[in-house]
Order: sequence, then C-alpha cells, then structure tokens
Amino acid sequence: MQYADETSGKRFDAGVWKTMLRFFVPHRKELVKVAFFMLICSVIDVMIPLYQKHIIDKFIFARSSGGIWFVIAAGVALMLVQLAATVIFTRAAIRVEMGFSRDLKKACFEHLQTLSLSYYNTTPVGYIIARVMSDTDKIGLMIAWGLVDFMWGLSYVLFAVTAMLTLSFRLGIWLAAMIPVMAVVTAWFQKRILSCNRTVRHTNSLITGAFNEGILGARTSKTLVAEDINIEEFGGLTGQMYRASVRGAVWSAAYTPLMLMFGAVSVAVIMARGLGYVAEGVMAFGTLSAMISYAINIFEPVQHLSNIFSEATSTQVNIERVDALLKREPEITDSPEVVRVYGDSFAPKRENWEPLRGDICFDDVTFKYPDGDEYVLEHFDLGVPAGTRVAIVGETGAGKSTLVNLVCRFYEPTSGRILIDGRDYRDRSQLWLRSNIGYVLQSPHLFSGTVRDNIRYGRPDASDEEIIEAAKLVSAHHIIEKLPEGLDSDVGEGGDRLSTGEKQLVSFARAVLTDPRIFVLDEATSSIDTETELLIQRAVSRVLAGRTSFLIAHRLSTIKMADLILAVRDGKIIERGTHSELLRKGGYYRQLYSMQYEIEAFRSID
Amino acid sequence: MNDLAETGNMKKHPMGLLLELSAGSRGLYLIACASLLAAIACNFLLPQLIRFLVDSVNGVPASKMPVVARIAGLAGLDSGFARGGGLTRAGLLVVAVACVGGAFNFAHRKALALGAEGLVKRLRDRLYSRIQRMPFEWHTSIQTGDIVQRCTSDVDIVRNFVFNQAIEIGRAVVLVTFAYGILFPMNFVMAAASFAFIPVVFFYSFIFLKKASSHFLAADEAEGQLLAIAQENFSGVRVVRAFGRERYEADRFAAQNAYFAELWMKLGSMLSSYWGAGDLLTGIQMLAICAAGTFQAVAGGITVGEFMVFLTYNSMIIWPVRGLGRVLSEAGKTLVSLGRLGEILDAPVETDPDDALETPISGDIEFDRVSFSYGDVPILKNVSFTVREGTTLGILGDTGSGKTTIAYLLCRLYDLREGDGAIRIGGVDIRGYKRAFLRENVGIVLQEPFLYSRTLAENVAGLSKSFSGEHIREAARISHVDAEIERFANAYDTIVGERGVTLSGGQKQRVAIARAVLRMTPIMIFDDSLSAVDTETDARIRAALRERVRGVTTVIISHRITTLSGADRVIVMENGEIAETGTPAELTERGGIYRRVLDLQQSVDDGLPAVGGR
Repeated sequence: MQYADETSGKRFDAGVWKTMLRFFVPHRKELVKVAFFMLICSVIDVMIPLYQKHIIDKFIFARSSGGIWFVIAAGVALMLVQLAATVIFTRAAIRVEMGFSRDLKKACFEHLQTLSLSYYNTTPVGYIIARVMSDTDKIGLMIAWGLVDFMWGLSYVLFAVTAMLTLSFRLGIWLAAMIPVMAVVTAWFQKRILSCNRTVRHTNSLITGAFNEGILGARTSKTLVAEDINIEEFGGLTGQMYRASVRGAVWSAAYTPLMLMFGAVSVAVIMARGLGYVAEGVMAFGTLSAMISYAINIFEPVQHLSNIFSEATSTQVNIERVDALLKREPEITDSPEVVRVYGDSFAPKRENWEPLRGDICFDDVTFKYPDGDEYVLEHFDLGVPAGTRVAIVGETGAGKSTLVNLVCRFYEPTSGRILIDGRDYRDRSQLWLRSNIGYVLQSPHLFSGTVRDNIRYGRPDASDEEIIEAAKLVSAHHIIEKLPEGLDSDVGEGGDRLSTGEKQLVSFARAVLTDPRIFVLDEATSSIDTETELLIQRAVSRVLAGRTSFLIAHRLSTIKMADLILAVRDGKIIERGTHSELLRKGGYYRQLYSMQYEIEAFRSID
Repeated sequence: MNDLAETGNMKKHPMGLLLELSAGSRGLYLIACASLLAAIACNFLLPQLIRFLVDSVNGVPASKMPVVARIAGLAGLDSGFARGGGLTRAGLLVVAVACVGGAFNFAHRKALALGAEGLVKRLRDRLYSRIQRMPFEWHTSIQTGDIVQRCTSDVDIVRNFVFNQAIEIGRAVVLVTFAYGILFPMNFVMAAASFAFIPVVFFYSFIFLKKASSHFLAADEAEGQLLAIAQENFSGVRVVRAFGRERYEADRFAAQNAYFAELWMKLGSMLSSYWGAGDLLTGIQMLAICAAGTFQAVAGGITVGEFMVFLTYNSMIIWPVRGLGRVLSEAGKTLVSLGRLGEILDAPVETDPDDALETPISGDIEFDRVSFSYGDVPILKNVSFTVREGTTLGILGDTGSGKTTIAYLLCRLYDLREGDGAIRIGGVDIRGYKRAFLRENVGIVLQEPFLYSRTLAENVAGLSKSFSGEHIREAARISHVDAEIERFANAYDTIVGERGVTLSGGQKQRVAIARAVLRMTPIMIFDDSLSAVDTETDARIRAALRERVRGVTTVIISHRITTLSGADRVIVMENGEIAETGTPAELTERGGIYRRVLDLQQSVDDGLPAVGGR
C-alpha cells in the first residue's frame, strides 16, 4: 500500500538527518543555548546529593549549626542559577521546536503550490495534511526535546558516575556497571512498547472509520437489518484495541518496577558494603546518602538516553516522508525560457503576456493519466474556434473531465500538441493560460472568508462596483443581498454556510470577474431548488456569450446550447457531433439523452 | 408510568455516566487501588529500613523505631547487626522489600490497564450499538462529523481520565496522607517545615495551569485555523491553480503559520517560568528541611537516619503533588466530554414492545388514511390505497411529492404517529411487528444505496454470511452487474470505497438490486432504484426480476413510464396526495399527468426531440 503507515524497523541513519541540515541553520544559536544551559541544569542536579551529603556530615551528624546559614544561602544561590538555566533552556527549546516545524511547514506548503494536479489526484488530502501538519510537528519536537533529553541524560550519567567514583571507587564501580544493563533492558522494552503503540494507532484509525461508516450507512443497515452484524464486528475491533492497549500497558507495567528493582539492588549493594565501611569509619554517612540518591536517580537519565535512539529512529520515518514531499518534482513545469519571458506563478511578468483569443486545437493528442495504464485519448484531433460551446456528456465516472484537465493544462498530452491561438500552449506560462480561463467546479469550492473575498479571489484588486456587476451578471446579486450581511457575510469553512446553489452562483461570479476568454463549467448534478436552478441556467447562457467554453453537462438545456457535443464512455470519446446529428445516429448519446429526458420531462409538466 | 418516562429523559450528571460505565471494571479498580496501597507501603518501608540500618550502625537503640525493627527482626537483624555478618542479609532484605513493592506496582498497573481499557471498550461498544439502533429520524438530524468527533476525541479524553488522571489524584492524596502520617509523629518541626510547601506547590500549579488554559485554547484554535487553510488549499487546489493564486495562498498560510508558532513560543515562555519556579519551590523546600534538620539535630531531636527519611519522602511526594495541580486543572474537560457522550447514550433508541409480532407477514398492503409530516412540513395527506398480495404497484411523482416517504413508512424507517391513520399488511398494523422482523420481510432498494467499504461479495450479501458464492453471483447476474464485477482484478473480493474501487451511481444501484434479489423478501420496494441505469438495461433487469419474483408483492417508485408500465396498478403522487390511480392502461386513457409524462417520454423514443425542455 502506497499510503500505509510506513513502519521503520531501521537503524539510526545519519544520512536521513542530513536532509534536514538546511533547516537547522537558522536555529543553530538557540540549539547551542539549549545544550549549554541544559548542561548547567544537569550539573546542579548532580550537585544536590553532594549538597545533602555536606549537610548530613557537617551538621546533622556533627550536631552543629555553625555556618549553616552560609550553606543554606549557597543552596539558594544554586537553586536560583538552576531556575535561570531552566527558564533559558526551555524557552530556547520551545523556540527551536516551533521555529523548526514552522519553517518545515512553510517549505512544504510552498512546494505543494508548485506540484502538479496529478499529485493531488492520486494522493488523498488527508495524507498531504498529515505530511504538512503532523510529520513536521514530530520532527520539530524530536529535534528540540530530543536534544534536551540527550544532553541531560548523557551529562547526568557522566557527572553522576564521576561523582560516585570519586566519592567511593569501590561502590561507584558497582553502580556504574548497572548502567549498561539498564540501558539494554530499556531498549528491549521500548521496542515492544513502540510496536504495541503502532498497533493501537492503526486500530484506532479503523475504529474511527467504523464509526463514520456506521453513521453514513445507517439507513442501509436498517433496511438490511444488519445492525447486529455491524455491532458484532465493531465489538471485534474494540476487542482488538483492548488487547493491543493492555499488552502495551503490561509491558510498561513490567518495565518501571523492573527499573526500580535495579535501583533497589544498587541500594542493597550500597547498604551491604557501604554500611560496613561506615562502621569501620572509612566512609561518612553523607557519602552513603549521596550514593543512595545516585543509585535511585540514575534510572531516569539512563531511560532518556536509551529511548532517544529509538525515538530518533522512529522520527526518521517522518523526515523521510517530508523530504520525499520536498524533493518531489512537479510534472508540469514551465521551461526556463518561458519563465524568463512570462514569469512564474509566484512572480508573473504580466507586461509580457499576449492577449488570448480562444482558438483551441487538439493536434494528434494521445494521453494517458500518469497513474493509469490505458490510453484515454489516441491521436485525437479537435478544432474549437473561438466562441464555440463544447458540451461533454456521459455517465458519472466515465472520464468527462479529461479534456478539461488537458485544456487547463492540469495535465499535458503524452504526445501531440494542444494549440491555443495557434501556438503550443507549452510555449507560454501556466499562469498566462489559467488567468484566461474561468473555471466553475461541479461542487463549488469556496474559501473561508466573506462573500466579497471569494468573488474577488481571482482579482484581489477588483472594486466593489465590479464585484456587484459580476454578481448581477450571474444573477447572484439578489441572493447575496438576502444574506444577513450581504457581501460581508462569512461563508464559513469551505463555504458551508451557503447552500449548494448559492455556492454555485458565488463561484460563477468569481469566474466572471476575471473576464476569461475560455470558460469551463462542470455542471452540478445534485438537485438544487427550482428557482436557483433557473437563475443558474440564465447565468450560464449569459456568461458563455462570446467565449470559448467547455461544458461538462448534465442538463438538457445546457446540452442543447452547445455547438458541439462529445459523448464519453469508459474514459473514451465515442461519439461527436451536434445534438440532432447524434440523436439521428441513435447511438450512445441517444441513450443518455432519453434517460435524462425522462427526468426533466416529468418536471416540465408542472 | 409517565413519571418514569420523564425521569428517564432527565439529564444525568456526567459523573453518574462514568459510575455506570465502571460496572464490570470495579473489581479491577479495587485490585488496582489495593495493590497501589501495598506498593506505596513498600516504597515507604524502604527509606525506613535504610534509616534503621543507618541508625543502628550509628548506635541508636531499636526501641526508638519499633515497627521497622520488627520487620528487620524477621530477617534476623537486630540493632547490633553490623557487628555480626548481617550486612549481606540487610542488603537482601532491601531487595526483598523492593521485590514485593515491585510486584504490587506491576499488579496495580496491570489491573488498572485491564479495568480502564475494559471500561473504554464498553463505552465504545455502547456508543456504536446505540448509534446503530437510533431511529432513522435521529440520523437525519445529526452531523456525521460531529458524532464521529465525539466518539473519538471525547472518548480519548475520558480514557485519559480513567487511565491516568483518576489514579493520579488518588496516588497524590494517599502519598501525602501516608507520608505526613509517618513524618509528623517522627519529628513535628521538620514535618511542618516540609508540609508548609504542599499547599503552595499544589495551588501554584493549579492556578497557573487554570490561567494558562485560555492560552492553550487560543493556540489550539490557531492550529485549527492553520489546518483549515491547508485543507481548503489542498482540496481546492484546482481553484487556486485556475485563478493563479499560489503566491496569495502561500502568504496566507505563512502568516497563520507564523502566528501559531508565535503563540506557542509565548506560551512556552510562560511554561518555562512555571517549570523553573516549580523547581525553585521544590528546591527551597529541600533547603528548609536541611535547615530545620540541622537545628533539630543540634537539639538532639533527630538522627541521621531520620533526616535521610525526610529527604527521601519529600522527593517521593513532591512530583505527584505538582501533577495533582495539573490533573485538577484539566478535570473540567472530562466533564464536558462525558456530557457530550451522555447526549448520545441517553437519546432514545428504536425499541419493540415485548409482545411485538414475529408471525409470517403476508396478504394485501393497505394504507388507511395515512398522514405524515416531517417537523411542521406535511409530507403525506390522508393517503389511502391497497396493494393486493403478489401484485405490483407503481408510484409516479416528482421530488417532494411524498413517494419516498411511502416507502420509508412501509419498512418503518419512519413510524406513523397515533391518529395519523394506519398501515396494515394482511390486516395487521405494521407497528405491531418487531421492527427487525418487518424489515426482513419488506426489502427496499434505495435510490442512493450505501456500499460498505468491504468486498463486493459482502456488499451483495448485505453483510449476511448465509449466502454462498454461487447465490451471490446469480443475484449479480440478474441485476446485470456480474460482468462488471468480474472485470475487476479481484472480482467479487474487490474492496469498495476509499481503499478500493469507486463504483458509478448505476453500478451501486445494481449492486443494491442484487442485494434485494438475494434476500428475496415477500414484499419488495424499489425506490427509484434504476434511475442511473440506462433504459435497455433497466428493461432487461426488470424482465429478469419478473421471472424471479413471482408471487412477491412489489412497489416500484420511478419517474420512468416504461418502468411503471408493467405494474398492475399505478398511483400518481402530487404534493403528498394521490392525484390519479388506476391500471397503466386506464391512466393512459384518462389523459392526466400520467398520460402527459408518457407522451413526453415517448416523443424521445419516437425520435421527435422537438418538444423541448421548457
């Protein structure tokens, strides 16, 4: 599966991290800050048992309070230094985390703006979102806090071992010997816990899917009396979830006490040996206390150190995904010569753009989709003089969008040429072409913001008068006026607050405002109330006047307006001609037509 | 009776729901709590043991610490042990206590995992089965995204509470009680010096995190907006490209992205002060114990061993107390989530009375003065008709004329309200039947059928496992979808939906028809279920069906006259009322709506498309 959650059983690989090198550069100062102040914190952490040793030996055991206030003051000073170091390193770490993932997100998003539509057509939006939003977060988190954990774990272990060996070599060597054992055990458990977590995450996504389907399919399930089957199967899923979660929890439940056991064994060794030394008078009580503290405390930094490698390894998957996205080449690009004259999408040179008339010619075009293995067009020729209306008809899923995709240069012919005003459209920039195409989608896509923002999406400098004029041209004006705040009404996320018909009209106005020479209309199939539908019909005929247009048509009235009809079946254009020619021919178009006619005929009798 | 019904609908307190869900996990929770107590006791014993050993070496008599001395005595250790060969035994005792503690710790965590995960499983199962059994009206009134969100995110929040937070609260309380229960009798002054910090540490984290929650919320919202921009851009990529607005989109995203990062960096500054100050408080507490200890030692009120106990206990309780502040500041979230889940769990589901019928369903279908409204909108007005057993009724009508409602009422997706007439089959009111039983006898093919994201074979079988592959294929042949299924690489094992193939509207309809053919119910309803299939295939499917379904009472809803022309009787619906009724021949004679639609549709077939749309 292409989109399956890649599981990385791989080892740590520095090469993967190198791909992120350029993103490190702006944060290098903060990273140094993190490392340095973390070091100070861990020095103080190691000093605390020594401080307590001093208190025990010099004051508690000696039963003396001479100079205690000086020592306490020194303790306070130590705490204040730690406070400062903690504040500085955590701030720096959060800045690195957020800054790093911010830069990655930005780079991904900008790169995605250049990728071809074929990428979007073959990649689910959820997958792209996960790359841009979660993978980048994970990488930022790992880089900032991974460094923190690594610095703290490593320096604490080093300092503590030094301190232990200095305090008592004979006891310290015992404790130091425990450390690699602890690290190995941690890594062993970590591997198992991580694998359980993966199963849990996977099952969790299945459960979410089951809820979704359980609700969307409710009506069908009721009529099939399939509720019990569904419930039983869902119980199987939650059972799987239960077992995986419990398994993971049991591994952790065994791990922590085991690590504490290591601490206890160390303490036992210290007691068994150390107490003897104390009784002999060769060791102070305070030393014993400090050794016990180290024996108990060392478990946490060792755990961090041991985990950091498995976490770094698992983050490699996220890095690889983001890197693959950033390295992906757009399939459709403007040649360097074209960019020199016409500019690119981010910096167009509009002054060099010629006006577009609207003659379109398919010249021996052969085409297959990059992910398909069948040619959907073979040596296809079609001349569309400026001002022609072309209707494309066929069943849902038959491949009616192919021609439109080619005209808009969302895809390019596999071989052959498409000429606009007599010149191969690859000789001019994508933006030049698209600035001249008005495009109305079947399910109109609006952006969150006001109605005004949406209408002027293609021409941000349009005045309110121009916006209103465009709205009037497509009969959207009075519908907009009916909205609570007119042009200032918020359309909601994806335009959710408007009805489908309203969205359609707004997207019409949006397309008209740029006054395009070519118009592409993918007609809605979903039923809209009769009144709005009538408005849309009128808008269509007004908008198309004088423009070259491609209509992916579902309604008879639209089809009948066309100068040329192309009938598509199984991805291929199987019939072409005018309405009456095709009807007379009595082929596939005729069949489609009568089906559509039944529905509309019924409506027209009212 | 009335009172009972009302209290049943009363909003329960969210915690009541939690209590109810805990049934089945209570024993495990009890074990978890008991093990926790035992584990904590062992953890507390260790420092005491160290104290005993240290103080014994230091020459403190065992009589000053009777409990620990007795336990040490079990291992054969008395206060003079260090002079004998007791050192190894002392070490072993430490390990033994730690082992017992570790075992209880493991038992605690395992019991907790079993209890909490069991509770969550029951919660998920209940939500799902509740949703399955909700009346169809509920389904039309909700938003899928909202409900899925509740069943996932809110369940996660509840899970976090029952798995982590609830026990953290308990642990902190027990630890503090235990620790100070031992420390105060040991040395009042030092215990007081240590205890003074507990409320400070607790309220400090509680108040800080409570205050910070609005900032967390703002950051979450900013992230949500960032996500929305990304989502809109990716799903609207065609529009962005078509209008050449890549630069604008990139800038918009960058601005929100920077804003979101900035919010978190600010929040990070707050958090870093919080963490730093928390560490400082903890450190100062330790220093206070050191100072108090020194003066107590000078006064002879404390031994070295006791001082070490104070230091150890103190480090054992301070983190749970800090955690307690965090947990309680977040507890509000759990209540909100439980409330939202309660709304689903408390909504009434479809139920059947105990005496609901399961007797064979046969005979004439009779609509007797049936009225139905959806909300305030009347859909059916006083509709009466009869379908004789084994005959076919055709229904013709425009969108909104009420024809689909007739179908839904017949299989009780909607229930007739009292006094709005009655629907009877063989003289028995259908409300008397068990719903599932009725639906097993009244099959319906929906206009927009839903296919499950499973194999085509499972879809044709309608998820039932009681059909053989051969039966499934035969049903698919009758509904003219077999050949197309065979063309997929995995044929009948092809998965439908996002993870598999996408079917066209016509293919979906034919799969749904195959479903109905396979189930072969005594009553069958086709709700415009061939609308996306061309006329010829439609005719062929109907011919094949007629062969198969002899004796079945059939209701066909369509706006295609040819589809209805084979019916024994046709009713024409208009605005919720029956406008015309009769045999197809009679209706053709009569020259009403039926006739006009017939003429229009035939004009196409006669090659006279001149009639025009409007």
